[in-house]
Amino acid sequence: MTIDWSWIGDHTDDLTTLTVSHLQAALSAVFFGLLISLPLAVVAHRVRPLRGFLLGLSNVLFTIPSIAIFVLLLPVSGLTRTTTVIGLTVYTLVVLLRNTVEGLDSVPVKTKEAAKAMGTRPFRTLLTVELPLALPVIMAGVRIATVMSISLVSVATYIGDGGLGQLFTDGFQRDFPTPVIAGVVLTLLLAVVADALLVAVQYVLTPWTRRRA
Amino acid sequence: MYELFKDLGSWLTSGDQWSGYDGIAHRLAEHLQYSLLATLIAMAIGLPLGLLIGHTGRGAFVAINLASFGRALPTVGLVVLVFLASGLSMWPVYIALVALAVPSIVTNTYAGMTAVDPDVKDAARGQGMRWHQVLFQVELPLALPLIMTGLRLALIQVVATATIAAYVSFGGLGRYVFDGLAQRDLVQVMGGAVLVAVVAIALDLALSGVQRFLFRHRPA
Repeated sequence: MTIDWSWIGDHTDDLTTLTVSHLQAALSAVFFGLLISLPLAVVAHRVRPLRGFLLGLSNVLFTIPSIAIFVLLLPVSGLTRTTTVIGLTVYTLVVLLRNTVEGLDSVPVKTKEAAKAMGTRPFRTLLTVELPLALPVIMAGVRIATVMSISLVSVATYIGDGGLGQLFTDGFQRDFPTPVIAGVVLTLLLAVVADALLVAVQYVLTPWTRRRA
Repeated sequence: MYELFKDLGSWLTSGDQWSGYDGIAHRLAEHLQYSLLATLIAMAIGLPLGLLIGHTGRGAFVAINLASFGRALPTVGLVVLVFLASGLSMWPVYIALVALAVPSIVTNTYAGMTAVDPDVKDAARGQGMRWHQVLFQVELPLALPLIMTGLRLALIQVVATATIAAYVSFGGLGRYVFDGLAQRDLVQVMGGAVLVAVVAIALDLALSGVQRFLFRHRPA
């Protein structure tokens, strides 16, 4: 199996377009995943009876194969980017919801009581005390969800989308390994870079977790 | 929409659909065969590795990076790549499925081993237990719940992904998904997808039942 470097040279534009499209699908999924799981996690954290239900539901959704989710969405949203993003979002929920609930759980009761004693309203306590303190655990979830989404986008190649995944179908149909290798390497690269950037974001957002020299 | 679900219902329940070479019963057996064999191979690789790393405390860095690498590896790409390298054989399917399952098994086994109270291990050694006795009689039983969680996660992922065997001309329930996509037969595609999801959920429930039975004497 040899790499045809001239093919890569001739297709840098295509590779760039596919990489951008790939990243866009994965990041949209994480964004919508957070948008859905943050309020749900707050509810799950405060209303005990709903907690098991919400976490169980996200677990069940996770057992549905990714290709199946895409396919089951076909009657709703067809062969579109929307289908890809909805499918990936469903997958991010299990990690994001669980980690956000665990993050909120990890906030010490005394800290919350101190905020209350200082006259901070519950919603403000949530925004300025609880969520920031839960951030390291939430960010751990965001990192897993991002890497997972980046890897999963390529499954959507079977419904005509899939970013870099299109290189896999292309290489498969033409019995030509170069695009496949390029696709795998670029996917791994995207995942590593995105993960490193998220670590940097977390470092900037949580100055209090750094050990004082 | 309603028509579609009605057709799906009759597709799933018709006797003809269940019998024969391309019948659901045969495809289901194939799917289970790929999934279980791949999970067993992954266990044979992942369990000793996770136990070793957890017991010695060495190589944890490798284990954690292996896991994130495994998560990032696109399965479709891996299958196609191995297919192009090896030609028409079961290698692409098994390599991809095992590569998918090993990280979950290793990281959860390792996590279970590190969660064992060091005082308990010290006590075991203090009583004169040899390393293998500490490993198999103390650490392993205590780490077992997390190890089981890892196995369940791996099995779900493998069952879901075994769909891909059909993409490289083999059988399993993925046959319906890919044949249906090629024939623009949405009912068949959805039938296959529903079956895979049901198998994944059923196996997960079965394993969680086994887990609950094994640990019925332990406080939650």
